[in-house]
Amino acid sequence: MKTISEINERIRKGQAVVVTAEEIIDIVKEKGVSKAAREVDVVTTGTFGPMCSSGAYFNLGHSKPRIKIGGGRAYINDVPAYTGFAAVDVILGCTAIPDDDPRNRMHPGDFLYGGGHVIEELVAGQDVRLSVTAYGTDCYPRKKLETYINLRDINEAVLFNPRNAYQNYNVAVNLSSKTIYTYMGVLKPNLGNANYCSAGQLSPLLNDPLYKTIGIGTRIFLGGGVGYVAWQGTQHNPGVLRTEKGVPRRGAGTLAVIGDLKQMKSQWLRGISMQGYGASMIVGIGIPIPVLDEEILRYTTVTDADIFAPVVDYSETYPQRKPDVLGEVSYAQLKNGRIEVNGKQVPTSSLSSYPRAVEIARTLQGWIKKGDFTLTEAVAPLPGVESGITLKSLEERKIESLEGAG
Amino acid sequence: MAVSKRVVLRFSRRLVERPIIYRLVKDYDLEFNILKAQITPEREGLLILELKGNQKEYDKGIEFLLKTGVEIQALSQDVTRNETKCTSCGACITVCPTGAFSLEEGTRLVLFDNEKCIACGACIPACPPRAMEVHF
Repeated sequence: MKTISEINERIRKGQAVVVTAEEIIDIVKEKGVSKAAREVDVVTTGTFGPMCSSGAYFNLGHSKPRIKIGGGRAYINDVPAYTGFAAVDVILGCTAIPDDDPRNRMHPGDFLYGGGHVIEELVAGQDVRLSVTAYGTDCYPRKKLETYINLRDINEAVLFNPRNAYQNYNVAVNLSSKTIYTYMGVLKPNLGNANYCSAGQLSPLLNDPLYKTIGIGTRIFLGGGVGYVAWQGTQHNPGVLRTEKGVPRRGAGTLAVIGDLKQMKSQWLRGISMQGYGASMIVGIGIPIPVLDEEILRYTTVTDADIFAPVVDYSETYPQRKPDVLGEVSYAQLKNGRIEVNGKQVPTSSLSSYPRAVEIARTLQGWIKKGDFTLTEAVAPLPGVESGITLKSLEERKIESLEGAG
Repeated sequence: MAVSKRVVLRFSRRLVERPIIYRLVKDYDLEFNILKAQITPEREGLLILELKGNQKEYDKGIEFLLKTGVEIQALSQDVTRNETKCTSCGACITVCPTGAFSLEEGTRLVLFDNEKCIACGACIPACPPRAMEVHF
């Protein structure tokens, strides 16, 4: 019905009709699918939640004399960075924590500072301290380096997140009799609360459940700047249970995303501390969906009442990798503040910020309306249901004893 | 002069089995309303009370509590939210024992009602961006 280049033409002329994934619900109710599909060009989505598989790589520039950080040790504000690349390329993961962090020695640990906080500070324009030890070579003689660095002065700073924007996720509860501290937040004993983490009807992959438009190369809102979908995310698992409309009822697709950190904003990349679990980062992502036909439009009209998530016990079922699910609830129920689990009314909390997700979808809407942001054709599709990809677990194999050898 | 105050009491394991609140009523004529009570095995007890009574008797009652070894957290309105850090996710809502956090209808912004806060501190480590702050 429409092509991406036709939509881009309208964007460039400032004529594109762009609405958010929240607004489209009422528009279609009012106008019907065919009329809305003709009139609306782009639907914008958004999500702002903790995404642990996030980090950034940097090329720090060469000191005088030179130092080979590669194969040495590097810390940024005491948080260890990975150095197994060329001389001055390092990667910092958002869950990395200082060597002297007490971790969970006094359970639950606080994890007040980690890689995500470093990234947030760098993006905010603050100086951070780089400490390096290296072994020294003829061409890279230096063995120690202590200096401040700033995002503006280093060559490249690239946010590269192996797994973001999970398409649906577990609702976490605690069946045990003591409080537990998880990546899904603090879970009170005996079904004291239920934590969920998805923007629901505004979430990118829930508005394109079968990956008809979002693919490799898709240009997106990433951390307040522009980024791209680099690949399917790790643990991408398209073959899960789905509703009749194709919406996954379990955690399903994921995205690997990439973008220039220098044009991002600290407001949309936030270091966080999950008590008793670790440090992480909240990432803001928004993805435009081109309304190419009625089918694509219909997917974007998904509401919280149409999306179901599994309720999972994190005291025993999750840690022991058991398959049991305590039931399914819709995001409409979750957002009402209470769900029923095992006959008990359980209050709900979200870890993903809906107001911020709305703000992202609206910001992206503004960029497109102004003609600043055009849409991209995917270079290649994400693996879909037909790919047959399933999530593999790690099955341990016994390692032969070395006794008696040599 | 009559007073009505909210206090957070923490009992060590040794004190959990003593009828301390009974003494507050009997000896100091204080009226109490239990807002939250929790005793976990191997751990301390937590009691959040609203205490009403004569100021003089109230002060004596508090003195008695301190003597027995009960820790009293001064109830304060000094719990604030750092608005630039808060992302309005809502992780605090179910950890707050008095329902001081709620969602604004429509926008789903997280509202913080200082009046309901009893300064227990439960929200502080439960907030991922650590937006809640206590200034004692």
